[in-house]
Amino acid sequence: MKNLEFRTASSARGGLLVMANVAGVAAGTRVGITDHSGRRRNGLVIRTSDDAVLVEVFEDTDDLDLERTWVRFLDEPYSLPVSRDILGRVFNGVGRPRDGRPPIVSGQHRDINGAPLNPAARAYPREFIETGLSAIDGMNSLTRGQKLPIFSGGGLPHNRVAAQIVRQARLLGEAAGDFAVVFAAFGVSSQDARFFQEGFEESGALERLVMFLNLADEPVIERLLTPRAALTAAEYLAFELDRHVLVVMTDMTAYAEALREVAVLRGDVPARKGYPGYLYSDLAELYERAGRIRNRPGSITLIPVLSMPSDDITHPIPDLTGYITEGQIVLSRELNAQGVYPPIAVLPSLSRLMKDGIGGDFTRPDHPRVASQLFASYARALEVRGLAAIIGAEDLSEGDRRYLEFAEAFERRFVGQAEGDQRDVYATLDLAWDLLSMLPAASLTRVSEEELAKHYKPGDKVTR
Amino acid sequence: MARIIEINGPLVRLELPGALLGEQVRVGALGLSGEVIAREGDTALAQLYEDSTGLAPGEPAEGLGHPLSVELGPGLLGGIFDGVQRPLEAIWQASGDRIARGVQIPALTRDRRWDFTPAADRLPGMVLNGGDILGTVPETASIEHRILVPPDVAGELLELAPAGDYDVDATLARIRMRDGTLRKLSLCQRWPVRRPRPFRRRNHAGEPLITGQRILDTFYPLLKGGKAAIPGPFGAGKTMLQHQIARWCNAEIVIYVGCGERGNELTDVLESLPKLTDPHSGRPLMERTLLIANTSNMPVVAREASVYVGITIAEYFRDQGYDVVMVADSTSRWAEALREVAGRLGQMPVEEGYPAYLGSRLAAFYERAGRVETLAGNTGSVTLIGAVSPPGGDFSEPVTSHTKEIIQTFWALSKELADARHYPAIDWLESFSGYVGEAAGWWAEHVDPDWAEARARALELLSESEELRRIVNLVGVEALSSEQRWSLEAAELIKEALLQQAATDAVDSYASPAKQYLLLAGLLAIHAEGLRLIALGVPARRLIELPVVAEARRWKTRYGDAELAALRERVAGLTEDFMKLEGEYAVASGSAARVAAEEGGQP
Ligand SMILES: Nc1ncnc2c1ncn2[C@@H]1O[C@H](COP(=O)(O)OP(=O)(O)OP(=O)(O)O)[C@@H](O)[C@H]1O
Ligand SMILES: [Mg+2]
Repeated sequence: MKNLEFRTASSARGGLLVMANVAGVAAGTRVGITDHSGRRRNGLVIRTSDDAVLVEVFEDTDDLDLERTWVRFLDEPYSLPVSRDILGRVFNGVGRPRDGRPPIVSGQHRDINGAPLNPAARAYPREFIETGLSAIDGMNSLTRGQKLPIFSGGGLPHNRVAAQIVRQARLLGEAAGDFAVVFAAFGVSSQDARFFQEGFEESGALERLVMFLNLADEPVIERLLTPRAALTAAEYLAFELDRHVLVVMTDMTAYAEALREVAVLRGDVPARKGYPGYLYSDLAELYERAGRIRNRPGSITLIPVLSMPSDDITHPIPDLTGYITEGQIVLSRELNAQGVYPPIAVLPSLSRLMKDGIGGDFTRPDHPRVASQLFASYARALEVRGLAAIIGAEDLSEGDRRYLEFAEAFERRFVGQAEGDQRDVYATLDLAWDLLSMLPAASLTRVSEEELAKHYKPGDKVTR
Repeated sequence: MARIIEINGPLVRLELPGALLGEQVRVGALGLSGEVIAREGDTALAQLYEDSTGLAPGEPAEGLGHPLSVELGPGLLGGIFDGVQRPLEAIWQASGDRIARGVQIPALTRDRRWDFTPAADRLPGMVLNGGDILGTVPETASIEHRILVPPDVAGELLELAPAGDYDVDATLARIRMRDGTLRKLSLCQRWPVRRPRPFRRRNHAGEPLITGQRILDTFYPLLKGGKAAIPGPFGAGKTMLQHQIARWCNAEIVIYVGCGERGNELTDVLESLPKLTDPHSGRPLMERTLLIANTSNMPVVAREASVYVGITIAEYFRDQGYDVVMVADSTSRWAEALREVAGRLGQMPVEEGYPAYLGSRLAAFYERAGRVETLAGNTGSVTLIGAVSPPGGDFSEPVTSHTKEIIQTFWALSKELADARHYPAIDWLESFSGYVGEAAGWWAEHVDPDWAEARARALELLSESEELRRIVNLVGVEALSSEQRWSLEAAELIKEALLQQAATDAVDSYASPAKQYLLLAGLLAIHAEGLRLIALGVPARRLIELPVVAEARRWKTRYGDAELAALRERVAGLTEDFMKLEGEYAVASGSAARVAAEEGGQP
C-alpha cells in the first residue's frame, strides 16, 4: 500500500480529509499528501473503513483541490530515528534536524507513541537528582524516575527556571557520568527558542542534551507530536543506553490547547472548559512514560512546565496534571513581584517521592528533618507576617519579630539565588541551618537533639 | 465471514452475525480482545481493551461466545492482574517491559499443582448445591482457599478426588445435574464480571472494619460489608489512605484496584507489602492481597472493566466465608472511561459530558458490597472503598455527588489540611458515617463502654473550636475567656495528638483500637483537668505552658501497641501533672472567686 498513491479525496474541511474507495487502510497510519502545487503535507489516519478513510492533516486542508490531491498511506505510525548521535542535537517538533546538521541515519526507528509499561515491570523511584536550586533540592527534592511539574503563570520566569535546571541538574556519586537531558519546548516564540538554544550552547550543556523545538507559528498538530518524540528519545537513552535522563518539557498548556483545537475539529464531546474528556488519559500517556524499570540501570525523570491560565490551579490543565504527577513545584507571582528569583512558593509545593530520594543513603542524614523544620518554621513565620499586617510589626513580641526576620531571610537567601548560582545540596543544607539558627533552639522541634548540637549555631548574627 | 468493517479509536465495527451483547471478541491479525457493546443487523460494535493502531478493515474477527468473565481459583492471591485479569507478572516474563498486544495468558498459572484436601463429609451420592465447599487448598500460609461448587451447579456428587496435588484444570469432582447432564468440576471456575454472584440473603448486623487509622475508626467508622468513599483533590491523600487501609485493616482478603492511576503506586504496594506483617495474623501482608492494575497509560476500555473484575473476585472470596475489602483508586477514572465510550457512541451527555446512566451504574456497582449469608450458609462480606477525584476538588461534580448519595461513610479530604501538612487530611466537619450506632456497640463491648460519649465530646470540642477560631481571627485571642482559650488549645491537641497520623512513621502508622481509645480518653482528661483548674482561677496561659500539653503530642509515637500498659498508667496519673498548679491557686481560690464576682468580669 505504501507505494500506491490515491486521488480519491471526497471532502476536506477544517483539517480533516476524507478519502473514498481505499480499502484496508490501517488505523493510526502516517499519511503523505501532495497537493496540486507540489506542496507536501503530513497526516494521520484517525478513522478507517472500506468506504471512507478519515485523515487528519497536520498543515491544515486550506487550498486543497480534491481532484488534484495525491495521498499515500505509509503503513507505519510516526517514528523517530534513534542512535547515540542524537545527543547534542537540536530537532524540530517531529524530530527533523533544526541545527543545520544532517539527519540522523539509523536503522532503528521507534514509534513515538511508545507502548505502555507493564506495571509489574516498574521499579520504584529512588535516589536524588540535584537541580542546584535550594527550594527544590532542600525542600521538594526530585527523585530518579519521578514526574514533578512546575506550575507557573503567564509572565513568570518559568522558562528561565527550566533552563537553569537543564544547565545545572546532575546526579551525585558514581552514576554522575550517565546523566543526560532531553529538552522539549512547544508553542514557544522564536525569541524563547533562541534563549534556550544559545543558553545551552554557551554553558556547554548541549553535549549531554537532546533538544526538540516546536515554534508558535508551526503547525498546531505537530505540537501533539513534540512531547512524544522527546519521550521516545528519552526512552531510548534511558532503557537502551542505560542513561539517567531528565526530561524538561515546556509549556504543557500549549500542548493541551493544541489537543483541544484538534478535538473540536474531530467533533469530540467536550468535558470541562472545552477540553475533551480524554485530556486526562492523553496527559497520562505522556507523563507515565517517566519511571524506572526492574533490572535496568537507566531512568526517566520528568519535569513538565505549565502556565496556569489566570493563575487558576483548578483549571483542567494543572488540575489533571496534578492528578497524574507526583507532586508539584509552584511559582508565586507575589515572590516574583518582590524580586525573588526563582519565585518558588514552597508551601503549596510538594515532592511526593522526596522521602525516597534523600537522607543518609543519598544526601545527608539530617535532610528529611531539616526540610520538615523549614516547612514548619516558614509556615509559622508567614502566620506572624499575617499578624504583623493586622497589628503592626512594632507590636509583635520579641520572639515573633525573629520569625519575621527569618521569613525575609528565607525568601531572599534560601529560595532566592542567582541564575548562575549552582548550589550543591550540602551548601543548601548548611544554608538551611544558618537560617534556622536565627530562631530559638527550643522552637526547632522537628530536628533531633543531636542535629541541633551539631549544626545549630547559637548567637550567629546572620548577615543579609 | 466475520471481519472488521471500520475502526474508530477503541471502537471497531464488525461484520459478526449472531453476536451477543457483551460477547468477547478477538479481532485483527494480532488477535486483540474486546467486547460487543451494540448490535445492528449483522454488524456488531465492539470496544477493544487494547490499542487499535495498525488494525485495518478487512482483517478477521471472531466472537468467543461468552461475556467478559474471570477465572477464579487458587493462584490469585499475591498476584497482579490487568483490567481484564491478565497476569502482569507472567506477561512481563513472556513479552518484556512493555505490554505486547494480543497476548493471551490465562489468569491462573497452569504450571503449579495445589495441595487439595476434600471436605470430610462429602460422599458420593450426596446432593451438592451451588456454593457448597468441595474441599480446601492452602493457597498461602495465611489463607485457605475454599473450593466451591459454582453457583449455577447443583446435583448428585458422583465422584470426588482424594487428597493430592492437582493443577487448576484437573477434574476433582463429577456431578450429575438435575437435568441429567454431567458437570466436571476443577479447582477453577469462571464467572461473568458484570453479574453479581448470588448469595442467600443480606445480613445487616456487622462489626466495624478496623483500619488502625484513628480518624477513621474512632470518628467515622466503616462496617465490614459497608460502602465508603474518599473524595479529595489531587495530593490530598486518597491513595495514601487506601494504602493504609490495604495494609492494616482487619479484613482477611484485600483487593486493590488501581484504576487509571499511577504505575509507581502499584509498584509501591508490590514492593512494600511483602515486607510488612499483618498485625492481626502476623503473616506477610502480600499473602492476603491481590492487585488489579489498569494504570492511566493503559487502554481506557479495560479501565471500565477493571472495577468489575475486582468486585467479582471479591465476591468469590466472600462466598468462601471471608471478610474482603476492595479499594478502588479511583472510581472517577472509571466513570471517565464510561464517559469516553458513551461519547464515541454518540450518546447524549447530561452533566459534564457524562451519560445519563452514570448514577445508576455507580449505584449498581456499590450495591455489590455487603455482608451476606452465603449460599452455603456461612457469613462473608465485601467492603467497598472508592476514591473519588473531583475535577478542581469540587465536590458538587457528578461523580462525587452521585457517590455521596450511595455510600454510608464519607471520608472527605481537604486541600487546606493537606497544604498545612495535616495528614490524613480528613475534614472532620465534612465527613460522616452512617454506622456510628452499630460501631458503638462493638467499641463498648470490646474496648470501653464510654467510647460513644468520648467520641461525641471530642467532636463537640472540634466543632466548637471552629467557631472560636473565627472569633480569634476577627478580634484576636484576647476576646476569649480562659475557658474558651483552653478549649481551643484542647481542640488543637486533639488535632495534633489524635487526628494527625503519619503513615510514614513506623510506630504511628497503625494504632490498635485500645490505643486509639487511650489517646482519646487521655486528651479529654487533660481538657477536663484544665477546666477544673480554670474554675479555680487558673488562667489558660498557665495551663497551655504545662509540660504535659507538649508531652501528650508525642504519646502516639512514644507508646507503640506493645507499650499500652505504660500509656494506660500515664493517662491514669494525669491529675498529678496539674497538682502543682492547682496547689498554687487552691489557697487563693476563695479570694480570687470573690474578686471576680465583685468586678463582674471573667475569672
Ligand atoms: N497519612 C499520611 N501520612 C503522611 N503523608 C501523607 C499522608 N497522606 C498523604 N500524605 C502526603 O501527601 C502526598 C499525596 O498523597 P496521595 O498520593 O495519597 O494523594 P492523592 O489524593 O491520592 O492524590 P492524587 O489524586 O493525585 O492521586 C503523599 O505523597 C504524602 O507526601
Ligand atoms: Mg492518588
